[in-house]
Amino acid sequence: MMASSYNAKDEDGHHPGSVGSGGPGAVKSKKPDNTAFKQQRLPAWQPILTAGTVLPAFFMIGLIFIPIGIGLLVTSNNIKEFEIDYTGVDMFSPCFNCSQSYSWNSTSACTCSVPFTLDQPFESNVFMYYGLSNFYQNHRRYVKSRDDSQLNGDKSSLLNPSKECEPYRTSDKKSIAPCGAIANSLFNDTLELFYIHPNGSRIAIHLVKTGIAWWTDKHVKFRNPGENNNNLSIVFQDTSKPVNWRKPVYELDPSDPDNNGFINEDFIVWMRTAALPTFRKLYRIIQKKKDNMTPTLPPGNYSLEVIYNYPVRSFDGRKRMILSTISWMGGKNPFLGIAYITVGSVCFFLGVVLLIIHHKYGNRNNNADIPN
Amino acid sequence: MTWTNPLTLLRHGWTRHWNPDRPVRTVVSNLPFEDLKKREQPNRRYEGNAIRTNKYRLWSFIPMNLFEQFHRMANIYFVGLAILNFVPVVNAFQPEVALIPICIILALTAVKDGWEDFRRYQTDQQLNNTPCFIFSRKQMCFVERRWKDVRVGDFVRVLSNEIIPADILLLHTSDPNGVCHMETANLDGETSLKQRKVVPGFSSLGEPFQPQTFDSTVVCENPNNNLNLFKGYVERPDKRRTGFGIDSLLLRGCMVRNTDDAAGIVVYAGHETKSMLNNSGPRYKRSKIERKMNTDVLFCVVLLFFMCLIGALGHAIWLETFSSMPSYIVPDSNGNYTPSVLAGFYMFFTMIILLQVMIPVSLYVSIELVKMGQIFFITQDVELYDEELDRRVQCRALNITEDLGQIQYVFSDKTGTLTENKMVFRRCSVMGTEYCHEENVVVPDRKLILEVDRQMASIQTGPYLDFFLALAICNTVLVSSVTAQRQRVRVNVADLAGAERVGDVLRVKGRRSSSYSGGSFHNMRQWFRKCGLGKVFTSMKFFKRGGETLADPFSIDEDDGLSGSEEVCYEAHSPDEAALIHAAKAYGFTMMERTPHYVTVKLPDEALLKFEVLDILTFDSTRRRMSIIVRHPHTKEIIMYTKGADSAIMERLGNVFSDCCSKIKCVEQWCGWKAVCFSLKVISEQEFRAWSAVRQEALSAIEEKEERLMETANFIESSFTLLGATGIEDRLQESVPETIQALRRAGMQVWVLTGDKPETAINIAYSCKLLEHEDLVFTFSTNRKVLQCQLTNASFRGYSSAFTGPLMEPSIGLVIDGPTLSMAMSDELVEQFVELCKHCRAVLCCRVTPLQKSAVVKLIRQKLRVMTLAVGDGANDVNMIQAADVGIGVSGQEGMQAVMASDFAITRFKHLQRLLLVHGHWCYSRLANMVIYFFYKNVAYVNLLFWYQFFCGFSATAMIDYWLMIFFNLFFTSAPPIMFGIMEKEVSDSTLLSLPELYKRGQHSEGYRRSTFWIAILDAFYQSLVCFFIPYWTYNGSDIGIFAFGTPMNTVSLFTIILHLAIEIKSWTAVHWVIMIGSVLVYFIVTLAYSAICISCNPPSDPYWIMHKQMADPMFYLVCILTTVVALLPR
Repeated sequence: MMASSYNAKDEDGHHPGSVGSGGPGAVKSKKPDNTAFKQQRLPAWQPILTAGTVLPAFFMIGLIFIPIGIGLLVTSNNIKEFEIDYTGVDMFSPCFNCSQSYSWNSTSACTCSVPFTLDQPFESNVFMYYGLSNFYQNHRRYVKSRDDSQLNGDKSSLLNPSKECEPYRTSDKKSIAPCGAIANSLFNDTLELFYIHPNGSRIAIHLVKTGIAWWTDKHVKFRNPGENNNNLSIVFQDTSKPVNWRKPVYELDPSDPDNNGFINEDFIVWMRTAALPTFRKLYRIIQKKKDNMTPTLPPGNYSLEVIYNYPVRSFDGRKRMILSTISWMGGKNPFLGIAYITVGSVCFFLGVVLLIIHHKYGNRNNNADIPN
Repeated sequence: MTWTNPLTLLRHGWTRHWNPDRPVRTVVSNLPFEDLKKREQPNRRYEGNAIRTNKYRLWSFIPMNLFEQFHRMANIYFVGLAILNFVPVVNAFQPEVALIPICIILALTAVKDGWEDFRRYQTDQQLNNTPCFIFSRKQMCFVERRWKDVRVGDFVRVLSNEIIPADILLLHTSDPNGVCHMETANLDGETSLKQRKVVPGFSSLGEPFQPQTFDSTVVCENPNNNLNLFKGYVERPDKRRTGFGIDSLLLRGCMVRNTDDAAGIVVYAGHETKSMLNNSGPRYKRSKIERKMNTDVLFCVVLLFFMCLIGALGHAIWLETFSSMPSYIVPDSNGNYTPSVLAGFYMFFTMIILLQVMIPVSLYVSIELVKMGQIFFITQDVELYDEELDRRVQCRALNITEDLGQIQYVFSDKTGTLTENKMVFRRCSVMGTEYCHEENVVVPDRKLILEVDRQMASIQTGPYLDFFLALAICNTVLVSSVTAQRQRVRVNVADLAGAERVGDVLRVKGRRSSSYSGGSFHNMRQWFRKCGLGKVFTSMKFFKRGGETLADPFSIDEDDGLSGSEEVCYEAHSPDEAALIHAAKAYGFTMMERTPHYVTVKLPDEALLKFEVLDILTFDSTRRRMSIIVRHPHTKEIIMYTKGADSAIMERLGNVFSDCCSKIKCVEQWCGWKAVCFSLKVISEQEFRAWSAVRQEALSAIEEKEERLMETANFIESSFTLLGATGIEDRLQESVPETIQALRRAGMQVWVLTGDKPETAINIAYSCKLLEHEDLVFTFSTNRKVLQCQLTNASFRGYSSAFTGPLMEPSIGLVIDGPTLSMAMSDELVEQFVELCKHCRAVLCCRVTPLQKSAVVKLIRQKLRVMTLAVGDGANDVNMIQAADVGIGVSGQEGMQAVMASDFAITRFKHLQRLLLVHGHWCYSRLANMVIYFFYKNVAYVNLLFWYQFFCGFSATAMIDYWLMIFFNLFFTSAPPIMFGIMEKEVSDSTLLSLPELYKRGQHSEGYRRSTFWIAILDAFYQSLVCFFIPYWTYNGSDIGIFAFGTPMNTVSLFTIILHLAIEIKSWTAVHWVIMIGSVLVYFIVTLAYSAICISCNPPSDPYWIMHKQMADPMFYLVCILTTVVALLPR
């Protein structure tokens, strides 16, 4: 040990006393400790990028990515998806009339029915989405315009919502519940599906409206005020409804108290603002048939009945209804699979090219580092 | 950056206000007023002796530190943004949250500043509490107090080897002649003793000093920083005035030497003392990288401006596309919509807030942390530790470590830097015979001893005897008494716990001369008291034995076996004299005593010869010799011994010895050594009397005194008899040639600037391989002023053209002397001179003044725009050290002045090699890479947000939770680059040392240039595009929420940024692994915890359970892997 051999001399060490540095305890050599850390001699691993390490890496990436990509692509292709635009911009589309008579406050419901055909059967659970395009739910001021503590059932926020909700904070001197622009612009079309049996009868398809929101949202993040008071109309009595709404929050789903008020799942889904201007939101779930023999949605003719309330013409938006089965990777999206395959192939190809280069020129300079 | 405490300013203003019409200061004794309250003290307006160099006090720390920190543009920028965030129309985040990063940055810096200030405070306290003796009227004696108790008007006594606590007007000394010696090494680095005289009329010989009888008033000038000028007078009650000058002032910080005690009245105290006024505090240097970085920060600002402009325009245009306002555009609280142009204008500022991270807020703090780490490692380097001096390398400037890696020109002092500045007696030549002494310790040459003995025995006189007598007496060396030395020894061993080891230690530490502390002296005394008498006795014996070794800074190690009674200690003014007198002593000719009138020499046969000194013609640089005229005690002859440089003696020899020619020859062969010749002249009584009369007349002359004295000296100093010559070598320090070679190979130009004469300088240059023998050496030196201009002009032109020609010599050395240099640096020649220098491999400037040294450095620095480094050890190098980009002080023989002025202090020249080639290179590449990385990191991250603006109507939405954004920069990704900046080791030190060429990378700034910066920015753009668009396409059209969309992006960019660094890191130690993996872990833990706890705590975003949801989704991982791979694939 170097350090210990110096110790003897250290004892005799003298403080080259600059003015005033001579306390009795100051007998200490200034010799730095000869430790690996202080001498910057810690054992180090120095990875050097050589053909030997880089080439296998390329091949590895290629070999791993291509199968993943293929798997993703196959999965994505197995997902069945059907999409129909019911906005009604076209003169001949069924909802054209409804789309023209725009007003948030029109009292009479405008209904239209959009027929469509499914060519392939949809197995297992089918998810029904509504999709909006060109709807910037991610606008900064829009995103901010909510009061999470009000939605969490906080009593004081209920009556005195956050300033962020302006100008949808109060109406008629009463606080709005739920306040803010997001709630105010709640999607309020009603969609219903009918299967048109070849014999001409219309069979309503049972749409499940619960289970569409995140469990945590439904049970933790969103709560009705007033704890166990089941009579929501009393709880919300000092508040007013958002200006664009037709009915107050406690009438969102009068049939099911667990789906009413702030914990209405349609509402919760809407409140989780979308990241991009073209988005879909889960609307209903069509559960698979119990017998398992017939597909959830057999091929054939269907009719989408829309109670058309939601205006999108002002921003040139589109409304869509999407039916989709789901897999472990979510909805249908071939992009990821293609990307994996592409990257994998590129890596593999690069590996091959580098291998050839290495074989041709590598002999001249065996240590040729491949620049990173 | 000099910084004056506003309070001090205020106080100065106040003081000025109080005595507006007093250009002088009057001081009266404090003693009659001793019991009075402070208000009634006559000297109350003058500052006390307590000093305070710390900037802050406890209560004023926060406001003052903040005030200071806001001098930095970046901080103002960030505070400005934070304030902007409070404006409701433009705010992007919650205003309180936006304050967090800047607060953390400010707090970190404040903690650092506070710590530094606290250290200063501690040293101040130590100084202030150093004991000293103040006269007290009550006790009628000097009582022990602390430095801080000293006030103007107090009487202070300073003992030998104590440090003077304040500027004291000398009124009394123990010396019968009323003089006091003072060593000013702490002040100006000169180790020679300076004589101070008692103010005339106050020194009552032999009487104890009685301050209580002092009833006069001292009138002197107001405090100033001129160390060599001081005027005033003492006015007695009867209006008699006695004048005094600087030679009566004892300066604070100096040390009393050779005088048992000195006492006087304090005229300036504390911050008003001359030494404190000279202390201008640390300089703030900006490193080259930092300067460059600042321009790049400006580029970032421009980039930011454009991005914000795009955002603002985009938002305005986007708003224009709507015929009526859609439901997702929120009107203001009155229900009105902002016009689109105005909204765009607001958006510009919102964007600035959103994208502010573009300007790396943590960069400055990180750089400071990194530099602290780098300095820590430099000072910890065991190879830069000097065992002998027990000193590490000191880093005095904290912010220019990386400049060490970019040096292009090295300017070095010669004496003490390249050489040891320890003179060693090498050989002598008497009567034509040469006697060599190879050892560093003078071991008498046998033959020579014999000759001496023979003469001693027979004739009692002869050239050999005369030669050694000349050696012994022809000097100005002072003999200090053993008693005086004893105390010095005590100081040295003050910290020791056992007397037994004293002797050993003395030998080890014998060479240390300049720094003793009053404090340790005090401790020692207390220690002695505790130990009791017996031990004191033993240690005293050791002191006596060791005393010789300590005798003077330049002493040659002597045998310890000499008996105590023979002890003499020499205080030599120059190392040469010390070497010579020790050589004489080795041959038995010991100078025992020197008084103004007598010199006593002990001969080898123990006989004492007491010469009467009739006159001393002191050394000056024009004559280059000194003489002493003595009367021989036995023969009563008047003899003049002269010593001087070979040329100065040779030209004035009288009767030429037969072997003169051969002598000259051999003297000339002693290249590299200082040749000192000794000669003798016997003067007849009449001749001397006649001369003496002329001399006296000259001495008392008022006009042209100097000239007349010179004339008389020249008159008597002629027709000598040559006694012999000595060769004194100033040894090169170890490994100097190797170091210079290495620096050369590293592409540095090495210049030597010395005050020495050209011959010596050239010899040293050859021996340290600065010049090679096959080099073409041009020597420019001019003596006649008439011809010079045209001549040099022509020669410059000639040489310059020769260089451009095809016959260009590969290596050219240039030797130029001071006067020529000043010509060369005149306006019309300077361009050519610089041009010429560029082609020279080595440049040697001789006989240059300190001012010229710095002028040369400045010239090269400005004209060639290169990084310069100056290294020197003496006070004469201070100018040069301060002029250079990096100043390095060698803490050597010539005191601490150079070290005080330097940025780095080393002990040996050879350390320069490691300091520059290894640490310089490391620091440079580390810092350069780190800065680049910082820019990259911030741009990459900010661009993620920027790309998102295209999909949210340029509404400045952040898809990442704001807290996580802050944490991202401050915690998740800050430690790795700092560690990278401190510990990265791209090339090992052994490689760097063996391949100095690697240093050139730093010289040409290859680690950090504009292109590197832009490549990093482009890289950042690419990576951010990948990091944004792969998740974008993956999630496009799906039901993903904003923050669920941002989470994978945040994660991906974390991975990318960390792995990017991982690719940059060339050597991985355990620390690296821990920090890298730790950063990623911290990210996941914090994010998970945050999204588990925060249900509605950060309103606009709702991070609740998002991370968990995402981490349960296999897509998240697939996206992360793919994106990271794609982002880093090009690398």
